[in-house]
Amino acid sequence: MNKINKYKIRIQTLVLKSFVFASMLMLSNCSNDETQTVATFTNLVMSDEFDVEGAPNSEIWNFDTGTGFNGWGNNELQYYTDRSENVTVQNGLLVISAIQEDYNGSSYTSARLLTKGKFSQAYGRFEARIKVPGGSGLWPAFWLLGENYDVDGWPQCGEIDIMEYRRQEPTMVSGSIHGPGYSGESNPQGHLTKSYDLGNDRYDAGFHVFGIEWSPDYINYYIDDVLYNQITPSDIVVTPADAVYTLNDGVAATDETEAIEPTNVTGDWVFNKPFFIVINLAVGGNFPGSPDNGELFPQNMLVDYVRVYN
Amino acid sequence: MKNLKFIHSKITLLTGLLLVILMSCERETSDQTEFATLSKTGEIFTDTPIGLGSDFYFPYLGSKATAWSVDESEGYESYASMRFDVPNANDPEGNYAGGILRVDGSGRDLTEFDALTFWAKASQGVVIGEIGFGQDFGLNQYQVNETNISLSTNWVKYVIPIPDPSKLFDERGMFWYSAGTQNTGGNGYTFWIDELKFEKLGTIGQPRPAIANGQDLVQDAFSGIDLELTGLTQTFNLGSGLNKTLNVAPSYFDFTSSDPSLAFVDQFGVITVNSGTAVITASLGGVEAQGSMTVNAVGSFEVAPTPTRAANNVISLYSDSYTNVPVDFFNGYWEPWQTTLSSDFVVNGNTMINYTNFNFVGNQFSNPTVDATEFSKLHFNINIPEVPSNLDLLITVKDFGADQADGGGDDTIQQVFFDASDFEAGEWSTLEFSISLANRTNIGQIIYENVNGSSLTEFFLDNIYFYRGN
Repeated sequence: MNKINKYKIRIQTLVLKSFVFASMLMLSNCSNDETQTVATFTNLVMSDEFDVEGAPNSEIWNFDTGTGFNGWGNNELQYYTDRSENVTVQNGLLVISAIQEDYNGSSYTSARLLTKGKFSQAYGRFEARIKVPGGSGLWPAFWLLGENYDVDGWPQCGEIDIMEYRRQEPTMVSGSIHGPGYSGESNPQGHLTKSYDLGNDRYDAGFHVFGIEWSPDYINYYIDDVLYNQITPSDIVVTPADAVYTLNDGVAATDETEAIEPTNVTGDWVFNKPFFIVINLAVGGNFPGSPDNGELFPQNMLVDYVRVYN
Repeated sequence: MKNLKFIHSKITLLTGLLLVILMSCERETSDQTEFATLSKTGEIFTDTPIGLGSDFYFPYLGSKATAWSVDESEGYESYASMRFDVPNANDPEGNYAGGILRVDGSGRDLTEFDALTFWAKASQGVVIGEIGFGQDFGLNQYQVNETNISLSTNWVKYVIPIPDPSKLFDERGMFWYSAGTQNTGGNGYTFWIDELKFEKLGTIGQPRPAIANGQDLVQDAFSGIDLELTGLTQTFNLGSGLNKTLNVAPSYFDFTSSDPSLAFVDQFGVITVNSGTAVITASLGGVEAQGSMTVNAVGSFEVAPTPTRAANNVISLYSDSYTNVPVDFFNGYWEPWQTTLSSDFVVNGNTMINYTNFNFVGNQFSNPTVDATEFSKLHFNINIPEVPSNLDLLITVKDFGADQADGGGDDTIQQVFFDASDFEAGEWSTLEFSISLANRTNIGQIIYENVNGSSLTEFFLDNIYFYRGN
């Protein structure tokens, strides 16, 4: 009796175990899961929660001032300052205010903050929680520039635009890259960009999280919990003059070696070195056009936090 | 075996417990309980009218009543739409198309929507005068409209945002429109509307309400006189990135007077001025409206002296004290040169004519003309708020002659001039003179005009009558 029972029990246990194992296998292979993993970099390296009232933390932020060259290259209308009227931290928020006023020959003032010389990182997750202003003719942006900007210039240093917005499309925000041969300066070598439409909401109505996850082989763009774009080196379309030839064996050609008939022509993926952060609110320029007649000012861009992970 | 049994009973117990918990809910309301709520349907017309009842289209007086129909061969991605045939300007049944769609029955709760949307196209590129909602032929309390809507020959989606959805908890006026042929040279045309509905778009933002069209107006007002705030609008930015401005009924706004004891403003934007100076401002949906109206009370407005002559000694054209004879008009709007505007001005029930933007204006009374043979004197009361020093006011009395009509070669005129010495600013003057015309049996017109560069711009007129005796 006992012998038989023991045997029965063993088989039952075995069946049970197999059943459990089989179910686990099935569940783990399930491809119906719609949620995407957007946060794979979880080690917080730098953050500014904007909790200390007054001027922005000078250990993290510098200011660009003035009008740059040709309105910062885009015919923008503002004169950037570091005055507290244009940039300040209050109520847990970084407030960048575009003001309509005559100032040093410009009709508007605003602010542009950057971590150049103070913080830069290659790869990782860069994100910020931002509420864009709703007025016309404004250009809020959250972006990165290659650290070698002063040495190699633009577009060679590379630019990653995490968030750009204009009122002409109040439900859209775009994420892009600019680089040598694909800077948007010449046709057809445009910069790479994709927009995300919120659908039944508009960006100036509330805060949203804008971020990138950046690896050697890709840059993922996300807004809130939606991954809306992935750019990889093979996405870059350039003319041969700006291309980087690779040999069949994947080694780059040099002046010394002769290039074998290229099988893999890509643009120069310059996103392989540290970049610093820029946050600004421009007025007017090529992208948003000028503000409407009678537009209300000041217009505020609010940033709840900036966080960088690796 | 023993262990197995124990596990079994544990499970049974647990399940039993769960069942008990689930079933011991509190008593629910009976199936027959009906909670009174209004319909939250957004659709008005998709392929047929939705939820409007049977008696829901009401055309305006003077419009062509049959302008609206359902067209079953046209539709936006469907086979049915609402069709509006705007008549020619000379259509005997009505020279424009206009009307409302009103729910036949209880109103709808529209508080969860943010816009009225529809697809529209027309038989030609055309601009429609007005389209909106909130007109119910009752109080029209929450009426909204857009003006000059451009339609093209292919289907386009239109959005009319709701100024403040929280106000529309019980609304019957789903849609109204008015379309004429002012822009098409009097020639009729057709337009179609489909997928008419209230929607929650979520992409409407940047509310910018305004009163007095966003301007800061200053207005002198006589105490006891009501002023109406106009230029009430709401502007939104749509998901298309374009701004949309709407005309909005006063009930959407919350009005405030800086001193209610000096000037009081009611919920309809009507300002009653008592004394002193007060500033009227407003907000809509919690957003402060641009614009304001500063009212300066300038004392009470006196009415003209009450005529004392016996009624049988008077042929009156305009007076509250006499029965007036028929008058064709008090303002002929003589184009193209006349700029004078006119309106009735009422103070404590006493009516007078207010002429503004004055250069010249005429009163005409030819059905019948006035026989001034016996009643050979003319009386006017005139009040000029600001008397220019170069005032030169000419009053012309015209007899229409035997043909009793203006012109025809048989008219005769008498001209009487008045200057600044005849008036005190803001006070009633009595002007009287004898009619010296040889023929005065068919007096048909009195004309008032600025002459010799006179810069009179405004005056009040009352008690216009012919009389006899003293």
